[in-house]
Amino acid sequence: MAAPVVEVQNVSKQYHRDKVEIRVLSNLSLSIPEGGFVALMGPSGSGKTTLLNLIAGIDRPDSGQVIVAGTAVHSLGESQLAKWRTRHIGFIFQFYNLLPVLTAYGNVELPLLLTKLSSKERREHVETALNLVGLGDRMKHYPRQLSGGQEQRVAIARAIVTDPTVIVADEPTGDLDKQSATEILDLLGRLNTEFGKTIVMVTHDPRAAERAKVVRHLDKGELN
Amino acid sequence: MRVFKLIYMNALRHKLRTSLTILGIAVAIMAFGLLRTVVAAWYLGVNQAAPDRLITRSKNGITFTLPVAQKQAIERIPGVADLTYSAWFGGFYKDPKDFFPQIAVEGVHGLSLYPEFIVDSAALDAFDKEPNAAIVGKTTMDRFGWKIGDAVRLTGQIYPGDWDFVVRGVYTGRSEATDLSQFLFNFKYIDQRMQVEMPARAGQVGWWVIKIDDPAKAAAISAAVDKEFENSSDATLTETEAAFQQSFVAMAGTIVFSLQVISFLVIGVILLVAANTMAMTARERISEYAVLKTLGFNGKHILGLIAGESLLIACLGGVLGMIFLIPVLHGVGVALKAWFPAFIIDPKTYPQAAATAVLVGILAAVFPSWRAIRVSIVNGLRRIG
Repeated sequence: MAAPVVEVQNVSKQYHRDKVEIRVLSNLSLSIPEGGFVALMGPSGSGKTTLLNLIAGIDRPDSGQVIVAGTAVHSLGESQLAKWRTRHIGFIFQFYNLLPVLTAYGNVELPLLLTKLSSKERREHVETALNLVGLGDRMKHYPRQLSGGQEQRVAIARAIVTDPTVIVADEPTGDLDKQSATEILDLLGRLNTEFGKTIVMVTHDPRAAERAKVVRHLDKGELN
Repeated sequence: MRVFKLIYMNALRHKLRTSLTILGIAVAIMAFGLLRTVVAAWYLGVNQAAPDRLITRSKNGITFTLPVAQKQAIERIPGVADLTYSAWFGGFYKDPKDFFPQIAVEGVHGLSLYPEFIVDSAALDAFDKEPNAAIVGKTTMDRFGWKIGDAVRLTGQIYPGDWDFVVRGVYTGRSEATDLSQFLFNFKYIDQRMQVEMPARAGQVGWWVIKIDDPAKAAAISAAVDKEFENSSDATLTETEAAFQQSFVAMAGTIVFSLQVISFLVIGVILLVAANTMAMTARERISEYAVLKTLGFNGKHILGLIAGESLLIACLGGVLGMIFLIPVLHGVGVALKAWFPAFIIDPKTYPQAAATAVLVGILAAVFPSWRAIRVSIVNGLRRIG
């Protein structure tokens, strides 16, 4: 059994909407080993995305600990957290969230601008990532010139270009047709099996969840 | 380099909005430059005044005259290096609306106290010999299409009647700011006629021009001149040429002050235009900033993107405004030539306009940046599972 790369220990999280307190996660614990592929399922409002955000270091728990790649994420300051995310997290969004003014190349290169890599090294990394997702011939295309599936593949290339420790995907097939969804899931499967990437994926789609090694269900902020 | 490209591409996203904002800033910067130039033109006489010249006028007011007999008394005062007099003629050529200053001077000697006027020797000879010779500034010559040798009839308002002159010379200026609108002629010409037609007004000059040997003694010499005549019916008020010119500006003080206020209000308008654009831009891109933050970009990066775009738009508007300013100033200068003889852009206006554009670019980005940085990634993405 590989050592856990993600450890969520007794985490609770609540939000305030107007004067209403909404408890999203309740004393939740989760451990994901290195090279794991976990699908988080559950109804809307069950806390899936909140849990994903805590693992990705874009939100903080009210209590408990989130340790990813040996770092207590919850204890980092904003600036440290930003640097940490660049190094350890690759994020894939449901709606791709590519910058429309940049080409596929420019979008994939974005996280690398925060590193000390030279222009030549960045080019090598970007080309590798885009070739990996099968879009080596679409580097100069803008998002509006790509299909939804292609956009999501560019987003995946952006997520993996820094060779992150963990890839977090928030409903990566939620906005795609069946064919494109299959291609994306195939790609995520390859990243996990061939490249050993740890993946945490939120999904509503049982077929997507089938690709994961472990499926966890959340309901009312608790893991079943 | 990539970041600059991103800023540039972002600025081009809403081409119409960006273009209108740039145009708005350009017009505002142009208006700012124009207003500053008008204010500077008003103060031109003050700024161009010679420090070694004093003006002595009647203590009763600028419209009161002084007797030419005061000359010897003033000349005796220590520190007075040279002395001449002038008088305001106040006539018009054909149409009373076509204003230009006509000043009677003490012949060639009178001109010698104004080294900023360049006149050729032939013109000075004629000016000395012919009683009705006139030397005219190039601006007024061009304005009326006069040539050397032309006869010009002025209708006097202060000195009633028709007065015939012959243009014998054109003066130019040692600097671009020299007033080239004056029509200069010999005081004796009007004084001799006054002796016949209105003897009570003969021998009366408008003001004295005193050249002093040391500008540092201006206050003491002024006091000495005024003391000389303090108990006479022709009491004087002596001041530096700059102060004398300032008194004319002061007459229009409210207008000048209003122009200054408006010029700064214009900056406020630019700021609002730019801030509105940047606020809309930042609001539309909150989710993109959240994505960038997710990728590891921090508050400083977001600030750089917003402020960079704001600066780019403001600077483009500023450059365009300064380009617009040149022909506009030329056009306005021609239209207002009678009132602002040297309507030239103050060299400080360009750096002021550039600084204004930069300042607007920075200030317009403050609130949108603060807001974009402050929004959490989760709220920016608007996704709660």
